[in-house]
Amino acid sequence: MADIAQLKKIATQVRRDILRQVHQVNSGHPGGSLGCTDFFVALYFEILKHDPNFSMEGKGQDLFFLSNGHISPVWYSVLARSGYFPVEELATFRKLNSRLQGHPATHEGLPGIRVASGSLGQGISVALGAALGKKLDGDDQLIYCLTGDGELQEGQIWEAVMFGAHHKVDNIIVTVDYNGQQIDGPTKEVMDLGDLEAKWKAFGWEVMSMDGNDIEDVIQTITKAKAKTGQGVPIVIIMKTEMGMGVDYMMGTHAWHGKAPNDELLEKGLAQLEETLGDYPIK
Amino acid sequence: MLDNYNQTDKKSTRDGFGAGVYELGKSHPEVVALCADLIGSLKIQKFIDEWPERFFQVGIAEANMMGLAAGLATTGKIPYTSTFANFSTGRVYDQIRQSIAYSHKNVKICASHAGLTLGEDGATHQILEDIGMMKMLPGMTVINPCDYNQTKAATIAIADFDGPVYLRFGRPGWPVFMPADTPFEIGKAVHMNEGSDVSIFATGHLVWYAVEAAKQLVSEGVSVDLINIHTIKPLDEEAVLASVRKTGCAVSAEEHQRNGGLGESISSLLSEKHPAPMNFVAVNDSFGESGTSIELLDKYGLGIKDIINAAKAAMAKK
Repeated sequence: MADIAQLKKIATQVRRDILRQVHQVNSGHPGGSLGCTDFFVALYFEILKHDPNFSMEGKGQDLFFLSNGHISPVWYSVLARSGYFPVEELATFRKLNSRLQGHPATHEGLPGIRVASGSLGQGISVALGAALGKKLDGDDQLIYCLTGDGELQEGQIWEAVMFGAHHKVDNIIVTVDYNGQQIDGPTKEVMDLGDLEAKWKAFGWEVMSMDGNDIEDVIQTITKAKAKTGQGVPIVIIMKTEMGMGVDYMMGTHAWHGKAPNDELLEKGLAQLEETLGDYPIK
Repeated sequence: MLDNYNQTDKKSTRDGFGAGVYELGKSHPEVVALCADLIGSLKIQKFIDEWPERFFQVGIAEANMMGLAAGLATTGKIPYTSTFANFSTGRVYDQIRQSIAYSHKNVKICASHAGLTLGEDGATHQILEDIGMMKMLPGMTVINPCDYNQTKAATIAIADFDGPVYLRFGRPGWPVFMPADTPFEIGKAVHMNEGSDVSIFATGHLVWYAVEAAKQLVSEGVSVDLINIHTIKPLDEEAVLASVRKTGCAVSAEEHQRNGGLGESISSLLSEKHPAPMNFVAVNDSFGESGTSIELLDKYGLGIKDIINAAKAAMAKK
């Protein structure tokens, strides 16, 4: 049984890590990172069978792929807080000679990352390939993938979605971060995604939904999704989130998609987030 | 040495690929194949019949195929993607760049129907820029074998090499002339004839034309150093420099744009390490068109006579 109170404590610390990372280099993507924090914390601290003693192939483990790589600050924080690398390394985010590149990469050997992402629309394809690999190996663990909603505008996504159903890739759970925002504005205005649930269903996927900012709902829904794997149908969860969740001035707008807070706004944001596990030192 | 290279058969390089993949099916259980609706063209039916669980039909969705391959490689498989060269490179450049090259995935990108010799389908399918695109990617190995035997050997050799590879081959029936027992070593050029007047560096289908051109030049009293460059990247720099130090001039021959091709790699090396006159047999900033393979090679300046003329022109500049 999950200790929800403890997970919530971790989540506020992760949100602090996100703000402090992007503030220090005056760049990066806090909005989507904050929106997906509860999902990441639930995933890494409750759901995934994983080993911080990282191996690329991850045999016998669940594998997670992030398609919308720009929300790297939340992933880096959760990986560090799970023991993949020292928490102090978060202070190197986006700096020269860092393993914490602006967008996640394998090139510098950061533990926990299995493929580079940033150029959008590629993650589901890679995740499906890993799922096929698991099946060939008779490895019963699952593949998880998170995509943004804006990136569903990429054509490759739908190539992958069609493939997943046709080949009955039923050891994968894709989650869509449905925050309704992208760089140029609300998705409804930039390029309306229409009825997402109907689209995925029409492509042959089992569609579920959850509140991505409710850790209990995330855990319960993914637990239900796991029970539906192995039945010849790939699974997608449309996850409603609020971009900027936890920091009042970043919520309800796309303005903080890819912008860092200044000194004053950093303090204002941190004041809303309890320091529960200890901030990493700024060098 | 030239006497060792005579036509023994006529088979396509893509048939060599299919035969190589079938051998790998037996020897390398971690090899898997993907195809984007071109099984017949890529000659991989035998592999599919024997190991259906190790083959994935992707449909007409090449971007997805590259991502799938990256994911399969992540779990320790050795994926061979297969489609036309055009759809293996330009169409999916960003997927290869991010998910495969930058991510160091052990994916073999196998590309048929490269170049003008694709023939009647015309310029939409005759990619002549692929070597350039692929050699620019950091960490990408680029191989363009010359006949059935060398393509089969290359297909097998790249399975034991850890890293992304672009393997380029073609459609037409083409002379088979490399002895089947010629060892294939990635990055190691094959020295086909010893000579002192001019170096000819050829890759892909044009190696056969270079053999024919060399035979004629030799009959005219020209001493030709002939080198088969199957691996364009990493280039066998020692072989190139050793040859040009002897001959003092060079010719490159390839079924590709001059911009971005083998000749460009050689001239870049020579200009830095051993400046020497050079001529290029390549397509000169142009698209192709419909026609037969032979007609197209002639029209676009890639014929046997073009190699001979280039060799004489290079010697005249010494």
